[in-house]
Amino acid sequence: MAGAAGPGTGPGAAGGDGDDSLYPIAVLIDELRNEDVQLRLNSIKKLSTIALALGVERTRTELLPFLTDTIYDEDEVLLALAEQLGNFTGLVGGPDFAHCLLPPLESLATVEETVVRDKAVESLRQISQEHTPIALEAHFVPLVKRLASGDWFTSRTSACGLFSVCYPRASNAVKAEIRQHFRSLCSDDTPMVRRAAASKLGEFAKVLELDSVKSEIVPLFTNLASDEQDSVRLLAVEACVSIAQLLSQEDLEALVMPTLRQAAEDKSWRVRYMVADKFSELQKAVGPKITLNDLIPAFQNLLKDCEAEVRAAAAHKVKELCENLPPEGRETIIMNQILPFIKELVSDTNQHVKSALASVIMGLSTILGKENTIEHLLPLFLAQLKDECPEVRLNIISNLDCVNEVIGIRQLSQSLLPAIVELAEDAKWRVRLAIIEYMPLLAGQLGVQFFDEKLNSLCMAWLVDHVYAIREAATNNLMKLVKKFGTEWAQNTIVPKVLVMAGDPNYLHRMTTLFCINVLSEACGQEITTKQMLPIVLKMAGDQVANVRFNVAKSLQKIGPILDTDALQEEVKPVLQKLGQDEDVDVKYFAQEALSAVAQRLRKLDFPAKDSEEPSTPGADKNHFLRPGGPGEDTGKGPAYQLHVNTRDTLAQLEIAELVHFSQSRD
Amino acid sequence: MSSSSPPVGAASAAISASEKVDGFTRKSVRKAQRQKRSQGSSQFRSQGSQAELHPLPQLKDATSNEQQELFCQKLQQCCILFDFMDSVSDLKSKEIKRATLNELVEYVSTNRGVIVESAYSDIVKMISANIFRTLPPSDNPDFDPEEDEPTLEASWPHIQLVYEFFLRFLESPDFQPSIAKRYIDQKFVQQLLELFDSEDPRERDFLKTVLHRIYGKFLGLRAFIRKQINNIFLRFIYETEHFNGVAELLEILGSIINGFALPLKAEHKQFLMKVLIPMHTAKGLALFHAQLAYCVVQFLEKDTTLTEPVIRGLLKFWPKTCSQKEVMFLGEIEEILDVIEPTQFKKIEEPLFKQISKCVSSSHFQVAERALYFWNNEYILSLIEENIDKILPIMFGSLYKISKEHWNPTIVALVYNVLKTLMEMNGKLFDDLTSSYKAERQREKKKELEREELWKKLEELKLKKALEKQNSAYNMHSILSNTSDE
Repeated sequence: MAGAAGPGTGPGAAGGDGDDSLYPIAVLIDELRNEDVQLRLNSIKKLSTIALALGVERTRTELLPFLTDTIYDEDEVLLALAEQLGNFTGLVGGPDFAHCLLPPLESLATVEETVVRDKAVESLRQISQEHTPIALEAHFVPLVKRLASGDWFTSRTSACGLFSVCYPRASNAVKAEIRQHFRSLCSDDTPMVRRAAASKLGEFAKVLELDSVKSEIVPLFTNLASDEQDSVRLLAVEACVSIAQLLSQEDLEALVMPTLRQAAEDKSWRVRYMVADKFSELQKAVGPKITLNDLIPAFQNLLKDCEAEVRAAAAHKVKELCENLPPEGRETIIMNQILPFIKELVSDTNQHVKSALASVIMGLSTILGKENTIEHLLPLFLAQLKDECPEVRLNIISNLDCVNEVIGIRQLSQSLLPAIVELAEDAKWRVRLAIIEYMPLLAGQLGVQFFDEKLNSLCMAWLVDHVYAIREAATNNLMKLVKKFGTEWAQNTIVPKVLVMAGDPNYLHRMTTLFCINVLSEACGQEITTKQMLPIVLKMAGDQVANVRFNVAKSLQKIGPILDTDALQEEVKPVLQKLGQDEDVDVKYFAQEALSAVAQRLRKLDFPAKDSEEPSTPGADKNHFLRPGGPGEDTGKGPAYQLHVNTRDTLAQLEIAELVHFSQSRD
Repeated sequence: MSSSSPPVGAASAAISASEKVDGFTRKSVRKAQRQKRSQGSSQFRSQGSQAELHPLPQLKDATSNEQQELFCQKLQQCCILFDFMDSVSDLKSKEIKRATLNELVEYVSTNRGVIVESAYSDIVKMISANIFRTLPPSDNPDFDPEEDEPTLEASWPHIQLVYEFFLRFLESPDFQPSIAKRYIDQKFVQQLLELFDSEDPRERDFLKTVLHRIYGKFLGLRAFIRKQINNIFLRFIYETEHFNGVAELLEILGSIINGFALPLKAEHKQFLMKVLIPMHTAKGLALFHAQLAYCVVQFLEKDTTLTEPVIRGLLKFWPKTCSQKEVMFLGEIEEILDVIEPTQFKKIEEPLFKQISKCVSSSHFQVAERALYFWNNEYILSLIEENIDKILPIMFGSLYKISKEHWNPTIVALVYNVLKTLMEMNGKLFDDLTSSYKAERQREKKKELEREELWKKLEELKLKKALEKQNSAYNMHSILSNTSDE
């Protein structure tokens, strides 16, 4: 054993001694004291490097005392320090010396800034695990006790988070003391401390013996749950979940339920909200019997609470609640005790409540089955599809797949259409974007005929939306539709319309044609691409707007792999060569990029045998062909030039209506 | 023909272009479209029908024997609450209550001897029943008090009169705190303080006056009130970052601090250092900075020895990225410098002017300008002049640099004036600094290089150690495996 520990620490210590002359601690401490916060911060972040340079001995005797003494600093520096110290055990010589880290962390656990304190507590919790049981009682527990009886609330707040890590490994006498300290913090006269204690109550209960849970934790829980401040009471609800899991059904009924019932009817909406928010956890923790007797009635009340926040939180839980009911009798309970309240919520005055319900209500159909869905849920879906608030409609449409499995989408299609059309034209572009995402799914479920009649025009209209994100989504949507409905459909319905836009006076629309071709060419295959798309692209090479021209180059590069040698050689290459001489620097750049790709493609087509020898991906060595102007010029202009191009590219990507001025003024 | 049509397709032509660029419209524009809304308290849970009120006879018509009895009846009648979110329900009863409240207000303010001991209980009960309520969730979760319209309390027609009545009661010459303290106790005050979070500024204004009166009349509650305000502030700073009534509470504190006895108790100093100074970090500082700075300066006027810790505290929390807040900090520093004692000034001049020197060279011209305005302040100028040997070397580098580099011509002009003033204060030092400026820069650069070098070496050392460790672990491993082989 002893032999094994030797070599582990030996080299480290020796190394530290050897570097003494190089790195006197003064220099390092100078860095940690630097006037510039940023430099101080940097040094603290590399504290482990400093410790390594000093070796374990001097880290313990010199660095740590220094850190303990100079705790007054900017919170950002302290935060970094608290974080570093959590991983410092190895640097002070292993678990035997872990307690050396306690003094600086103790000071950090008392500072005002919550973020720093929390980090210090996190590190202390980490280090506590590295203590031997003896060291734990000799060093760690006294620290917890000091913090727990500190003058200022910050140290007592920090102490709350440390009880549960030292309790399991402490002796019985110490355990009693720890419980005593926790008890007194639960009735601290500072609400901040009571909040901290309440938030750790569940965690602490889990490490206690069952008897102590019943005799000590439950009374504390009851007290905190009836605290004068609602911010404390609501934390007790969280603790309730953990405590309930520990107790038997009888104990639960006698010890916890009275308090929980009271919380569900608390006069503060924040507490009721918390009950609603934690409902699924509570349901699981108390088991099916109490759920039926107590929680369902409480849930009904939450669903008709006077505050929209509470109703919305409860509405979110409807599906989970139903799912977690015991399968036996589930349907009856839902139909009789839940559904009537849900019906009310469909016409709630608050849109967040309706929207919360709409996001889960479709999930009920799988639980209730086909008949109930058609009879009871369908009217609700239809009502929500006509809701004035777009989010509600969108939430219904985005969950259509659940219903599709149970009753098929046809039942809904007549009501769906107006809803979709309205969302498609919503003033908020995010709503429009969301509905586009569902188009392929809807198209698949509604069929090609319905789509052509009702939805096709919408999909085309999005292509000329003035928000770039919508145009982009619309092009991808087309590609997905083509994959779904096939090339023939594409050729008849989509491609002609897309190509017409190439003559649009608005250059953004002309670019949309190119973007469509980029994604459609692969789905449509060689024939359509060569015969219908390529001529248009080539024609656009003469466009007067530079942005269009360099996108032509990019498109040609994209569709290159789909074209055959003749088209590449005869048609694409000359156009690219011409663009390569363009007056605009970006057009030139992209034309040359494309040329090199095309050239490579041609090489492969000419010498297919070589293909197997050189399996490298096309474009990997494109720099060979890039810019024949000479390497000197290339390297000289390289970086700045590249940057410029990238900027332009990004602008094109982010195209916003306002930018039109910028581009047009160029021409 | 399509060339003249807007870029929006036919399908979406129904929506005007201005509407469609949502996300770019200013928040206030969007908010304005929404109807201004009022909010009911959170207490109206689905309860049964209201009791209907029946008008009682007028107090002034009653005989003096009956008056007291009638007064209490009316107080009890006013304990009944009505739902103002429902604007059509109980119209008659609401009107009766309003009239009764008006009558009560007048009754206690114009008559003497009507606030008898037996009435206190009913009075406080009526006030509590009406004003104490759980405040509803904010209608607008990201409520920006600077830009958004506050949501107003729906039941204001009644609540206002109740507050009015409360104030007249507290201010009445007949009012006896010794009796009232049985009812206006810690719990009462606690609930009152929670109401300061109300979004309705009218309510907060009433609360401010009420709390101020209570603080003045109930000596036994003072420490408790201060402690609770303390807790509210700490929660605001470190937990929620949200509390509507911070400015009002600070305003009350301003006058409380004014009345502190000297020497200041440790409790008060702690409040200054651990609560008021950290409050400067709050996101919505602009909403209450004037009141906060007033409190801080009040403290310093009471006890000048607090100057150093206060200024160091402000320097610690100096805004890093928010220029608007930086301007506020500079304003507060100037207020402090206005009352600073020269001996105290000497203690903090170095760290303070290092910060000012950074502000002066801020690329945000408002920050630079605000800092440079210090040189228009006669008293500050005299302090600088007294300590020019210390301050000039700190300021010189920044001033010299921005006099050449700042983008804003106003700043450059201001800097020239400041440089001129400083030069007049100590011409020789100024010349020395000018001539050593370049050398100084070079020295800094060299130091920078040395630092990089140091860290590079440390980094190498770290790698070396990691390697050693690996090797030793490997050796260990081979030793162990060898032994096991044998």
